[in-house]
Amino acid sequence: MSSSTSSAEIEVRIPTILRPYTKGEKLVTAEASDLKGLITALDARYAGLGERLLENNELRRFINIYINDEDVRFMGSLAATLKAGDSVTILPAVAGGCK
Amino acid sequence: MTLRIRADIVAKILEQSRAEYPDECCGVILGPEGSDSAVELKPMINAAHSPTFYEFDSKDLLALYRELDEKSKEIVVVYHSHTETQAYPSRTDIAYASEPNAHYVLVSTRKEIAPETEFRSYRIIDGEVTEEPVEIITTP
Repeated sequence: MSSSTSSAEIEVRIPTILRPYTKGEKLVTAEASDLKGLITALDARYAGLGERLLENNELRRFINIYINDEDVRFMGSLAATLKAGDSVTILPAVAGGCK
Repeated sequence: MTLRIRADIVAKILEQSRAEYPDECCGVILGPEGSDSAVELKPMINAAHSPTFYEFDSKDLLALYRELDEKSKEIVVVYHSHTETQAYPSRTDIAYASEPNAHYVLVSTRKEIAPETEFRSYRIIDGEVTEEPVEIITTP
């Protein structure tokens, strides 16, 4: 099957707090051509994971996702493109405050 | 579970909280993976630069987790200061606590109740807060 964008297998690092969704796996793979597609693919295999990353179809404020060394917020967020060999890291923000 | 921590590390955290006042200060203490041993103090920049909020800078956060992976270390303690309220986790602290294995340390610099500064430790797991004893180790 051909499509305008080709999917690539992407390695994804899962943080401790989300590993219950991946049966404890720290490193998983999924096929996608952009970040939105990657999250859809991950959620299809690990039900519930997508909701921990997205809110109203946007990346949650306190979830950081990196493609290689770059924060996706500087790369178009969910529209950020992925290519073969890219490595994605998901990290919850370390944040808080007095309120 | 008790948090055991060296007196010189406690002193440095309190010093940082005063130096960055009125902003909240933040950081971590690292240890070898699986050790629960808080030995390596790593102050972090509060990217929010706020008296009511702290957040690690996103690039610093990635660098920190890369270091953990490469050197087989873990975050033993996540600490931050409250500048005008007590050293107890706020709703925000609980909502964003994402390291179930870490000790969450809070210090408070508010003067009226804590002339010497409060230094308290908690576990925050699935939204539930449990305070734990802090044992400060003084080595000769």
